This record gives sequence, structure tokens and C-alpha cells, in this order.
Amino acid sequence: MEWYLPVIWAAVLGTAVALYVVLDGFDLGTGVLFPFAKSERERDQMMGSIAPFWDGNETWLVLGGGGLWIAFPHAYAVIMPALYLPVIVMLLGLIFRGVAFEFRAVAVTSKKYWNFAFAAGSTVAGFCQGLILAGLLQGIKVENGAFAGGPFDWATPFAVLCGLGVVTGYALLGATWLTMKTDGAVAERARTQAKVLLVGVLAFMAVVSLWTPLAFERIAARWFSTPNIFFLWPVPLITAFVALMIWRWLEQGREIRPFLGSIALFLLGYLGLAISTFPYLVPPTLTVWQTAAAPASQIFMLLGTVALLPIIFGYIVFVYWLFRGKVREGEGYHH
Amino acid sequence: MEFDPVLLARLQFAFTITFHIIFPSFTIGLSAFIATLLVRWIVTGREHLHRLARFWTKIFAVSFAMGVVSGIVLSYQFGTNWSRFSVVVGNVIAPLIGYEVLMAFFLEATFLGVMLFGWKRVPPWLHVLSAVAVAVGTAISAFWILSANSWMQTPAGHEVRDGIAYPVDWLAVVFNPSFIYRLAHMLTAAYLTTSLVVLAVGARYLLAGRHLDEGRTMMHMAIGMLAILGPLQLLIGDQHGLNTLAHQPIKIAAMEAHWDGSKPGALVLFAWPDEKTETNLFEIAIPKAGSLILRHDPDGLFPGLKSVPPSERPPLVPVFFAFRVMVGIGLIIIAAGLVGAWLWWRKRLFETRWYLWPASHAWWLGFVAVISGWIVTETGRQPWVAYGILRTADAISPVPGASVASTLALFVLVYGIVFAMGIYYINRLIAKGPEGRAIEPPEIGTPVRPLSSAAEAGREILWPQR
Repeated sequence: MEWYLPVIWAAVLGTAVALYVVLDGFDLGTGVLFPFAKSERERDQMMGSIAPFWDGNETWLVLGGGGLWIAFPHAYAVIMPALYLPVIVMLLGLIFRGVAFEFRAVAVTSKKYWNFAFAAGSTVAGFCQGLILAGLLQGIKVENGAFAGGPFDWATPFAVLCGLGVVTGYALLGATWLTMKTDGAVAERARTQAKVLLVGVLAFMAVVSLWTPLAFERIAARWFSTPNIFFLWPVPLITAFVALMIWRWLEQGREIRPFLGSIALFLLGYLGLAISTFPYLVPPTLTVWQTAAAPASQIFMLLGTVALLPIIFGYIVFVYWLFRGKVREGEGYHH
Repeated sequence: MEFDPVLLARLQFAFTITFHIIFPSFTIGLSAFIATLLVRWIVTGREHLHRLARFWTKIFAVSFAMGVVSGIVLSYQFGTNWSRFSVVVGNVIAPLIGYEVLMAFFLEATFLGVMLFGWKRVPPWLHVLSAVAVAVGTAISAFWILSANSWMQTPAGHEVRDGIAYPVDWLAVVFNPSFIYRLAHMLTAAYLTTSLVVLAVGARYLLAGRHLDEGRTMMHMAIGMLAILGPLQLLIGDQHGLNTLAHQPIKIAAMEAHWDGSKPGALVLFAWPDEKTETNLFEIAIPKAGSLILRHDPDGLFPGLKSVPPSERPPLVPVFFAFRVMVGIGLIIIAAGLVGAWLWWRKRLFETRWYLWPASHAWWLGFVAVISGWIVTETGRQPWVAYGILRTADAISPVPGASVASTLALFVLVYGIVFAMGIYYINRLIAKGPEGRAIEPPEIGTPVRPLSSAAEAGREILWPQR
């Protein structure tokens, strides 16, 4: 019980964060691509394609943060102060892009400011999430179970790299989403953008995959020691294969498969990062067991999660099904 | 420049949570109001009810977006600014917030999409059901967050080992001693707040002589709520006060500016509580009336502030004055409800300008009362963050004051812009009013797109002059 509860919770939390990254990823990515639209009609179309979903997508972020507090309070209490500035700037970015949905729809003369707020807020939020990821991979200075570093410990070239990588990745998800959910000029442009972004994402993934084992010994040991290497070598191979398929699907004019392929690409990258860090929640010091909440708390919440998550999945699938099909040009964000 | 990290962290949290509570106070009631309008429309088929529901849904969308984004901030601030709090009480109250996310947030966020964009896409019954789901979601959300807050005021069902709180009895944690009172008080406050906004908008239209059907419906529904819930809130508040006296007597002493517990308490109408001399300056008070309210006996005794050293007392001035603002507005609300109901009964409601004019300006009263009430209960809990378990000064994160100060400045700037523009846009939607075409038969079975009528509705928003 004491041993496997934190592992179960790590899996639950990992699933919530993965769902967040993929789901909010495509709507943040749509925001990143917003400046490339040519007219308000096109922007309406782009926003209309994500409008019914974004709020639910962002709820996974609340579950991610809340879940970390519930299941691993000691990790939450170290990570949040350590990554204080990226976390709060991310939240401010999310505020601007979140209210932009509604404000832009009501605005007349100030519409252009909310176009900017939506694009900038989405990009800043994605970039800060990359900084947070890098901050965790680089490791956090911990003394007596509490954060003991400075406010800019996370600020490294590697963090900037991860920030740009996440923004590029979200833009790829956004572009393939638009390829699937829109038509006309918006979909055509998204298809072209997706190819460029795919190359960019692969480049970032390659650099991070080389940088982390070179810079962090524990990650090199995880991947390249025997017998791990025999189990792990397919991960980069499958990644390369998926990327190739996305490219072919984009060339062939496929509409749904590039998006599904991009999700697979994200999940593979995510799996790679999980392999690099587990069982550490706060690398390189605190594991899932050291930071776990009281077993009574983890069990109480696990019961609720097991009972409620299937229901949540049920109505989320229902809403995606309800708003299926393409958003045409001229259809926009109206209610 | 020296920064006091505790004070800054408190200021930041006070600012962000005060900003946030404005929106739930409004959207909890507004979602229920919209759901009620839609249910009435389904039952009666009267078109103006549907027009009203669509109109308020636009305002709901703007308000709800501001509530969502300011709420996400809070779920991270426990960690960024209050990491010791997160560790010391996380075992007990983090799961309560987890249940809020799982039971309420996903429900609200998902069905909000159907509520906003489903007008032409789903059959009416499903659309109404979505509105009901959102309204229920907001109430469930209030249930869990108030349980967590109440536990911080009146902890129960736990034990403290090595300075960390552990759960022992979850039912006792969730239904801790002040929870039911606080939940009833806050939900009633939220419904009253929305009713005042609806009343004000209705009165504004009637005074301007436009949207008469809609204005009458809004005034009737609002006055009905105010006349019933206003007096009820007085009773709930009284019971909540008695509960606080039993569990947090010093908070009551601060609310009443009651210094000497060996004498019956007066009902202090106005004073300046002076912490140095431990007396009230410029006091206007009704002798023994405080004891009559709190002990239901003019000679009853209750603890005074002097019964504990100054370090154990909450800041007096905000608690004392915020309580008077809240009660004062509460009495105005009761009067507004009862006078309105009387005019309605005499069939003079829509002609009585001396009622309509002040009513049309009353939209903000509920918000100020809610914020004041929260200042009373949160400031009144000090110097504790979790009463008797953890002091606020011991709860903060190891983050430099400069980081907290700079992010506080950013929050003030960003929230200032968002709030100002939000109010501006909501006011413009209200000025435009519930226009647009009446409902059409729903197009069931077609893979619906928000094409014709929704696009038209959008154009109305974009180019109101047409």
C-alpha cells in the first residue's frame, strides 16, 4: 500500500498532465498561429474551431496543479516556489488569452488588442510551460525538504530552448488541428505551416534528447545503461517513424491523421521525459515516495478519481462529438 | 528597499481572491437564473423568456471567463506563495479542492460549451439541461471550496503529528462545524447578488421605456428572490454568527469591538476601535443589545478582546468596518425586496419612479456585501491561516519579497485592464439589451453549425447600429 499508492498517483497525475498538454496544446497552438491569419473572418474561423473546448481543456491544468498538491504536497511546495516567476507569468498569459475569447467577440474598435492578447497570451503561456519543464529537468536545489535556491535558478539557455520547443510543438498541434477542423484558406495555410513546424519540433526533440544525457548524468545512466538500452531504443525509432508518417499524411492531403500523428509525437516525447525522470518528482532529490501525501488522503482522492473520471471522459467525448465537423469560413465565434 | 514577504504574500492573495470572488458571486446566481428562464420558456413557450436567456448568456460568458482565469491562479498560489500551508494542511484540504475540480469544474467547463454554442446544435431540452448542469456545477463548486475554507476556520476530523495535519474522519473534515452555515450564507449571498443585478437591469429598461416584457419579468423574478432570500439571509447570518461565537469568539469580539468580556456587550453602531488604548473612540452604541443578539439575553456575557494578548487578536479596523458594511447592505437588500413586493402587490411597481430609479443603480450592492463578508471572516481568522494549527506568518513560501512584489504589481496591472474592459463590455451588452430574433424551431438531426441565426446574433454584437 505504502509503496504502490504514490506510483498509482504518479500515473494519474502523468495522465492528467499529458491530457492537458495535448488538449490545451492545440488550442494554445491555434493562438500561436493567430497572427498569420489574413482577416477577421479567418480569425473568427480559427477561434470558432476551439471555442467550445478551450475551457474544458484548461481544466486539466487545474487538475494537474491541484493533483500535485493533493498527491504530492511536498513536491508541490518545492516546485511552485522554485518556478515562481514562470508559473505566475504563465497564469497571466492564460488570463489574457482566456478572456480574449469573450472580449474579442463583444469588442468593436478594440478587437485588434484582443487579437494580440490572444496570440501573445497563448505564446507566453506555452513558453513558460517550456521553462517549467526545463526547470524540473535541470533539477531544483532542496534543503530539508524545502526549496533553497534563488528566483532565477531556472533561467538557462536550456530553458529557453525548451520554451521555444514547447511553443513550436503547440503550434504543430494547432496547425494540424486547423487542418482537420477548418477549410478554405485557413486549412491550406495550416497545412503548409504544419510541415515547417514538424521539422522544427523534430529539431528541438533531437537537441533535447542529446542535451539532457550529456548535461545530466542521471539521464544518461537511465537511457544508456544495460539492460535499459535494450528496452528503450525503440522510443526514438518510433518517434522518427511517426514524424515521417505525419509528413506523408500532410503531403497526401489527409485531414485527421496529421493531428492524430502530432498527438502521438507529443506522447512519445512525453514518454521519453517520463523515462528520464521517474521516480523523481523533484529531480534530483525528491521521489514520488518522499513527497507523497498521507495514504489516507491519497486513497480518499483516488476513490473519487476512479468514480468520477469515467463520467468526465464521457461528457467530454460527447461535447467533442457534438461539435464535430469543420468550421467554415464566415462561421465564427458567436453565441 | 525592504519587503516584508508575509505582508506582500497576504496582499497578493487578498487581491487575487477578492478579484476572483466577484465573478462566482455573480455566476452562481446567474447560471441558475438562466436555467430558470429556459425551464420557464420550455413550460410556457413565451418568447421573451428565451430572448432574456440568450441575452443573459452573453453576459454570463464574459463573466464566467473572468471567473475561470482568475480561479486557475488561485489553485497555483497555494504553492507559489503559501508552500508551508500546502504541506501542513495539504493532506486534509487539498482533496476537498480535488473533489471540486472533479465534480464541478469539468462539469461547468464542458457544459458551458454546449450552453454557449449549442443554441442551434442541440434540441431545446438538452440545451436547458446543459444550463442546469452549469448551474448545478457552480453550486457544487461552492460546496467544496466552502468546505475547505470552513475547515481553515473550524478544523475538525484531523490530528496533528509533528506539526502536520492528518485526516482521521473525512465526514468530520468535510462537514466541519462552520461549514453548513457558511455554505448557506454564501450561496444565499450569491443568489441575492445576482438578483440585485437583474433588478437593476430590469429597472433600467423600464425607466427607459424599452424591452418592457423583459424588464417586467426581470423585476418580478428579482423581487421575488430578494423578498424571500433577504430576510432568510438575516436568519442565516444570525445563526452563522452564533456558530462563530462558539468556535472563534475573538473574531466576534473584533466584529463587535467588544473589549471587556466581564460586562454585557453593546451593539456598537459606530466607533473607531483603538488598539493602543483598547477602547472605542467616537462610540455610538445601544447598551446590552450586542448581548441580546449573541446570547439572546441582555445580561449575557461573551469573551472580549482583552481576554487574549494583542498578538492573538485579528486586525480590528477592517473586521469591524467590513462587518458594518455587510450588515448595512443586507438591511438595504431586505428593504428593497419587501418594498418591491409591496408595490408589486399594489400593482404600482412599474410606475413608481422613486423605487425604479434607486433600484436601477443597485447592481453593485451585493458585490460589496460579499467582499465585506469575506474580509470579516478571513481577516477575523488572523493571526491564523488554519485556526489553531498554523499561523499565517509561518505559512509562506521561501520566495524573496521582490518576486512577490513584482508579481503583485503584474497582477494589479493585468487584473485592472481585464476588469475595466470586462465591466465596459458587460455594460455595453446591457445597454444594447435583449434584442435579436425570437426563437425558431430547433433543427434537430442536421449536423448543425452556428450558421444563420447565430451569425446574425454575432453581427448584432459587432455592429449594434444596424
